[in-house]
Amino acid sequence: MENEKDDTLLLVNNISVVYSDVIQVLKGVSLKVPRGQIVSLLGSNGAGKTTTLKAISGLLKPENGKVTDGEITYDGAGIQNLSPEEITRKGIIQVLEGRQPFKYLTVEENLRVGTATRPLKPYKKDLEMVYHYFPALTKRRKTMAGYCSGGEIQMVVMGRALMAHPKLLLLDEPSLGLAPLVVKEIFRIIRLINEEQHTTIVLVEQNANMALKIAHYGYVMENGRVVMEGEAKDLTENPDVKEFYLGVGAGGTARSYRDVKSYKRRKRWL
Amino acid sequence: MEFFLQLLINGLSVGLLYGLSALGFVMIFKSSSVLNFAHGQLLAIGAFFFLVLVSWLQLPVALAFLVTLAGSFVLGFTVERIFLRPLIGEPLIFVIMLTVGLSSMFKGLLLFFFGGNLQTYPDFLPASLGMQFGGITIAPVYVASSLMGVTFLVLFGLFFKYSPQGIFMRSVADNQTAALSLGVHVKKVFALSWAIAALVASMSGIVLGVINGINVHEISSIGLKVFPVVILGGLDSIGGAIIGGIIIGLLETFTSGYLSPSLRDVIPYIVLVAILLVKPYGLFGLVEIERV
Amino acid sequence: MRAPRFHPCGNYKEVYARELALFETDFGRLWAFVGIAALFCVVPFVSPPYLLYVVNTTGIAAIAALGLNILVGFTGQISLGHGAFFGVGAYAGAVLATTCGLPFLVAVPGAGIVAALTGMVFGIPSGRLKGLYLTIATLAGQFIIEYLLVHWEAVTKGTMGIMLPGASLFGLEINTDLRFFFVIFASLTALTLMASNLMRTRYGRAFIAIRDNDRAAEGMGIPIFFYKLLSFAVSSFYAGFAGGLWAYYMRSISTEPFTLGLSVEYLAMVIIGGLGSIPGSIFGAVFITGLNESLRFATDALMNFPGLSGYGLNMASLREFAFGLAIVLFILIEPKGLAELWRIVRSSFRLWPFSY
Repeated sequence: MENEKDDTLLLVNNISVVYSDVIQVLKGVSLKVPRGQIVSLLGSNGAGKTTTLKAISGLLKPENGKVTDGEITYDGAGIQNLSPEEITRKGIIQVLEGRQPFKYLTVEENLRVGTATRPLKPYKKDLEMVYHYFPALTKRRKTMAGYCSGGEIQMVVMGRALMAHPKLLLLDEPSLGLAPLVVKEIFRIIRLINEEQHTTIVLVEQNANMALKIAHYGYVMENGRVVMEGEAKDLTENPDVKEFYLGVGAGGTARSYRDVKSYKRRKRWL
Repeated sequence: MEFFLQLLINGLSVGLLYGLSALGFVMIFKSSSVLNFAHGQLLAIGAFFFLVLVSWLQLPVALAFLVTLAGSFVLGFTVERIFLRPLIGEPLIFVIMLTVGLSSMFKGLLLFFFGGNLQTYPDFLPASLGMQFGGITIAPVYVASSLMGVTFLVLFGLFFKYSPQGIFMRSVADNQTAALSLGVHVKKVFALSWAIAALVASMSGIVLGVINGINVHEISSIGLKVFPVVILGGLDSIGGAIIGGIIIGLLETFTSGYLSPSLRDVIPYIVLVAILLVKPYGLFGLVEIERV
Repeated sequence: MRAPRFHPCGNYKEVYARELALFETDFGRLWAFVGIAALFCVVPFVSPPYLLYVVNTTGIAAIAALGLNILVGFTGQISLGHGAFFGVGAYAGAVLATTCGLPFLVAVPGAGIVAALTGMVFGIPSGRLKGLYLTIATLAGQFIIEYLLVHWEAVTKGTMGIMLPGASLFGLEINTDLRFFFVIFASLTALTLMASNLMRTRYGRAFIAIRDNDRAAEGMGIPIFFYKLLSFAVSSFYAGFAGGLWAYYMRSISTEPFTLGLSVEYLAMVIIGGLGSIPGSIFGAVFITGLNESLRFATDALMNFPGLSGYGLNMASLREFAFGLAIVLFILIEPKGLAELWRIVRSSFRLWPFSY
């Protein structure tokens, strides 16, 4: 028991999130993120994945959301409803969904914003590290980020997060709208970062196939609840996941809407 | 020819003054995208604060100057803390409207305490600062304001381009949520930008007071001059503010010198619209990057 | 006869026409009629003359604010020149009435049309400019118009001002506050109805699309420049119409009132009332005019207070302070505006006693 506690970096215990005091988005979500591993959160749109990440990183506040129930424990201390300034300084950095660079700052300035949690420390080495992981950025240093391509911007926002020396990196859909080859490259780098920097990563993805390939453990969310969890390998084998998230159905044919409904009915008993 | 040169010199110095007044305005805009309608009042507050210290309390000029700067720094900080902070996250137009309310509050207070009459500082600039080119004289105060303008232009330029705080400020203006996600202290950035803006404003206010005398209405109306100045240069450009100021200053002096003094206040706006039609983001403003 | 409609406990609209309906429920329509009837039958006859004057100016301000809300709240183009367009309307009305000798019935809408054309001219920059840059271009418009009003003496008689003949409608002299009340509020009702109906047409939807994302609107095939100009025209028409009424009501006009301060005041009405809300514009006009008048009343009372009369000038400055403070406090407390407050009050009545 003692040992297990030490191993767990982040423990999300049965949290509920309510927006504007009315709209309940999360209804009792529990996650366990072991130190040094990649944990993947899967689920369709509106399942509550992004909200879960924002609950952890404290970014719910500007959106008028609140964790009303349950607790989030990070490194042994409760962090629910702290301000994002405090949470980021504990080493939790979220990479936002939909690639939000600072459009009017150059690539290098974007990266320098990542040092906000550790101001006045030398950052040259960190810059080199980021350029080592994302060599494509080297020749874009002085370009305004708004003029970079989608893949480069994804690299910028991830590199920016790395500059903060995160202990826990929350990645929200890094593959969104990118070409398959670029996606492959991004995921390769995510794994590399995890292995070399020993950064714990929570990865939210639609691309379940890729995500489960690099993750150690996975959770499947639906309607603000966790409906399934397991080792990444086991999830990949699971027939339900296979059918509805990986898209390799038993017959290999397209599914009709009726089948999805029957799946949902079945799932209720899980 | 002499008339022309005198106008040129006057225009340049008035323009530099406009540019200097606009710097603080650009500061706030760059960090929070807020158009500050109370900027003219910030100028006036600085000028009157200095007046109180120098004329009424008889402090030495240098000390009074420093106290004014410190005081206005604190004032900017306080204004942000009390009035602006609760609105973080609300649509910009409400924040802009709030500054409109602030401007009329400040103006009311200043009028209440100092009345609408013209007041002047005791003469304190050394005459040796003045310059003479042939038949043209440049008053000491213009030399001082030019020096200050150039110094601050360079300082601010370096600050925004290289210092971490400067980069954080720009990042907040660019994308607040993303800045927040990286741990940038957004509230601190806003507070700092208001404090610095108030500081620069009070300094420009003092210079204005030395040149034209101190009058609440006069100095407040300079706050409105700031709009064409910064728009002409490009809202977010420090250098643009100075150059925009100089262009507007030259236009004003030449119009009143050669055409008619009553056109003085209109010509800059006509030119402004004409320039904007060619360059919609001002001369040096960042072109908005839109991805739909 | 269909069954009367009440508030449903959810969104059960089945046809698009129901979504577009002016009044969501029959009950709402009933209340609107009762309200308007009360306004016309009770208010003018119980108000003392001064109050009636205030009510009239509020009505005129509400017309202008409605126009500004079409531009700012619905089309998303922030304008700082509305006061000048109001001035153009006032002067156009005066010139049409005196130099051209047109009757009241023609001069006021004519003033609206002249202002609309002016508004279109100053709306041309909106084809290239966006956001705050456009705002400053309209500010330039404000100053240019102000200058023209003072210096184009052949038409505006400069600082002398213009005296207007009395207004008359269908042979009836409109010469008292009471008679003006009916003219002003009949116009306000008609123009409000026109504005709400405009928002239900393709034009209104195009305005809203441009506000929300003009690039996307352009991609959908909406000619955005045309609609922006149209929005400027409609908005200035309202301002000009209000200006024309105002000129007739005041009987004499000069260049002083149409300053940037007036433009800012209209913007304050729209923002405090509620952006993109038609009743909001009227609430805003009531709030700002009421605030102005009550502050004037308060300072007058203070000035006549024995022992304080020596501070006359300072009292005026306190009024400015209080005006700013009211705006600031209002925005800090309820930034969504009066329309939002109204919605909250209404829904809490509707849900009573089972509100959550």
